[in-house]
Amino acid sequence: MEKRHEFRMGLRDAIPICLGYLAVSFAFGIQASEAGLTVFQASIMSLANVTSAGQFSALDLICNNGTYAEIALLQLVVNMRYMLMSTALSQKLSSKVGTVSRCLIAYGVTDEIFGLSVTRKGKLHPAYSYGLIICSVFGWVLGTFLGAFAGQIMPQRIISALGLAIYGMFIAIIIPDARESLAVLMVVVCAMVFSTVFTYAPVLREISSGFRIIIVTIVVAAAAAVLSPVNNEEVTDA
Amino acid sequence: MHNTYIYILVMAVVTYLVRMLPLTLIRREIKSNFVKSFLYYVPYATLAAMTFPAILHASDDIRGSIAGFAVALVLAYRKKSLLTVAAVSCIVVFAVEWFI
Repeated sequence: MEKRHEFRMGLRDAIPICLGYLAVSFAFGIQASEAGLTVFQASIMSLANVTSAGQFSALDLICNNGTYAEIALLQLVVNMRYMLMSTALSQKLSSKVGTVSRCLIAYGVTDEIFGLSVTRKGKLHPAYSYGLIICSVFGWVLGTFLGAFAGQIMPQRIISALGLAIYGMFIAIIIPDARESLAVLMVVVCAMVFSTVFTYAPVLREISSGFRIIIVTIVVAAAAAVLSPVNNEEVTDA
Repeated sequence: MHNTYIYILVMAVVTYLVRMLPLTLIRREIKSNFVKSFLYYVPYATLAAMTFPAILHASDDIRGSIAGFAVALVLAYRKKSLLTVAAVSCIVVFAVEWFI
């Protein structure tokens, strides 16, 4: 009984995420089909990965025929933040929650689902997570399918405008925290400056976009960790 | 030429392990303050590096992209939702391209 209630609450709470994902994954679907993926491949990628940043960054590598090792390393670094989130979520689960449930919850650790799960009062019920995940992933995969499908018949003007959707979402994730913390603001500004230098400077611009992100992330995040270590509360709030 | 399905499989396995291992293995708190701090800053560095300068070429016209970027920054600073920021920045690009 409690299970069903929690599950329904999860489904309901995830409706805004589902809508947001529909819009962003629609843009992803369009870009995936432009990168040469079929509708089926794009949809499978969304179902198997459920990671906006990871999937968008992968398209570039796939386009440029990158190596499997390169794509593995890129996903590791781009998605490393999920490690922190999963770690925080593990504290939120009762020790009675078994390994199978934990493996299922792990499938849906995204920025937005994590945000809802971690701010839930008391212990996290696995059924609540399943509700969140099913509703959100439905939007993510449906949007990808529609985008990849419609991308072939949509006017170029609209495709061009939708190109900004994913970056708008990224900005909406990082800027509010940059407003609260000077260290986060410095990380954001430095990462953007380094990334720009790596994109246009001679020699450095030969580095693929995947490794560019990896190098900039590691250098900037490590420097910030040394210069401005965070205390425990800040980490669990992230 | 590499196989797209193997790309997808490699991505899925790496991404899933990143999410699954801490949830199943780490049952106690991480001790190293450096590691904790590093992990805390990673999302901001990654997303910022992915956003700029790539956003400038995300649409067909760099002027539209700059306008969309500026509006997104303002809206995000005012703590608007993900959906609002993403949608409005797209609309701005569309409008700029329409008038130019």
